[in-house]
Amino acid sequence: MCALANILEAAGLATVAISLVRSQAERGRAPRVLHCEFPLGRPLGRPNEPAFQNRVLNAAFDLLRRVDVPVLVDFPETIVDEADAPLSCPLPLRNDPRLHPAVDEAIGLMPAYRRSLERTGRTGVVRSGGADRVAELVAAFVRLEAGDDWTVEGAPIEIGAAALDLRAYYEEAALGLADHVPAARQAESWFYRRTVSGDLLRQVQKRLRSSGAPRASWFALAPTGQQLARD
Amino acid sequence: MASSDGQVRPGVSDLPPFDFGPTPLTSAPDLASARVAIVTSAGLRPDGLGAWTEGQGFVTLDSTRRDLTLAHISPNFDRAGVAADLNVVYPIDRLDELARAGVIGSVASSHIAFMGAQIDHTLTTMRLDTGPAAAKFLLDDGVNVVVLTPV
Repeated sequence: MCALANILEAAGLATVAISLVRSQAERGRAPRVLHCEFPLGRPLGRPNEPAFQNRVLNAAFDLLRRVDVPVLVDFPETIVDEADAPLSCPLPLRNDPRLHPAVDEAIGLMPAYRRSLERTGRTGVVRSGGADRVAELVAAFVRLEAGDDWTVEGAPIEIGAAALDLRAYYEEAALGLADHVPAARQAESWFYRRTVSGDLLRQVQKRLRSSGAPRASWFALAPTGQQLARD
Repeated sequence: MASSDGQVRPGVSDLPPFDFGPTPLTSAPDLASARVAIVTSAGLRPDGLGAWTEGQGFVTLDSTRRDLTLAHISPNFDRAGVAADLNVVYPIDRLDELARAGVIGSVASSHIAFMGAQIDHTLTTMRLDTGPAAAKFLLDDGVNVVVLTPV
């Protein structure tokens, strides 16, 4: 962000950048930076809270008056992620014992996913053929966990894309099950620590890393804070 | 116990520094007459795709669109927030409200998304090519103020 701010400002645009990583902002020396100690992924702080978002924007716009660049100011409120408090919401009951539990679970969450989609009009399940293919994606990860050669399941980037889609599907389903927007990383922790599919991704990531598979094949399967320790 | 972000931030804190020389300065207009655009590094896309294709420097986002997808490749940030409310990364509704209230002059016709972890783009590419192209696009629309948002 700071590099872009410098380039745009030099081209004749007055800029103000929001920062989420203070050390980067300090070194970036962009003209005007409002550092917000907020969770990564939430630079405006709080979803569905226009008043809070406006406070952030107003603080950013206040910096436009400053000409003593570079200016780096801290937003006075902080928000921390709540990864250690996974979202509490119900999981589907076992429905079809012939299916792997992860596949069964994913299918059972479809109504909640569709509720969320209807509510927001947007979805992040866009990389691997959409939500109708989620059961297939889960089945592919089941095969990988069982020991399949990763090269059979596609290029490394495709495995990562499938993982991001599966996570998006579950997190959007969680939004459809919860009566509020979870704090940062609560839905993520629910997925990785409470669901069969989330645990599956962590196990596959661990297996691929241990087997020397390319980083691109396992990097996106689970974020740093959710990864299992390697043997 | 450190937060999950607390484990991620150190990993992005030691990225190599860049030196663009003295910090540039463009005087901002009065906010009430400013035409404001958003430039985000969240990798938002308006075409329903979830990947940032090779060689793609930035995409433009029509101001009326809300059906954007998050094509950023990193798993290391909260994604549920933007799934619930686009404005937490891309405060387009807030800008529209501020324009209607007369706080800002107007909202740009289009905004710009880069992807923060572009594998095949360097800072030099951004400085020499995609950055100036993005600036020209905004200037041609009469934009004079830019709010930059990360993800």
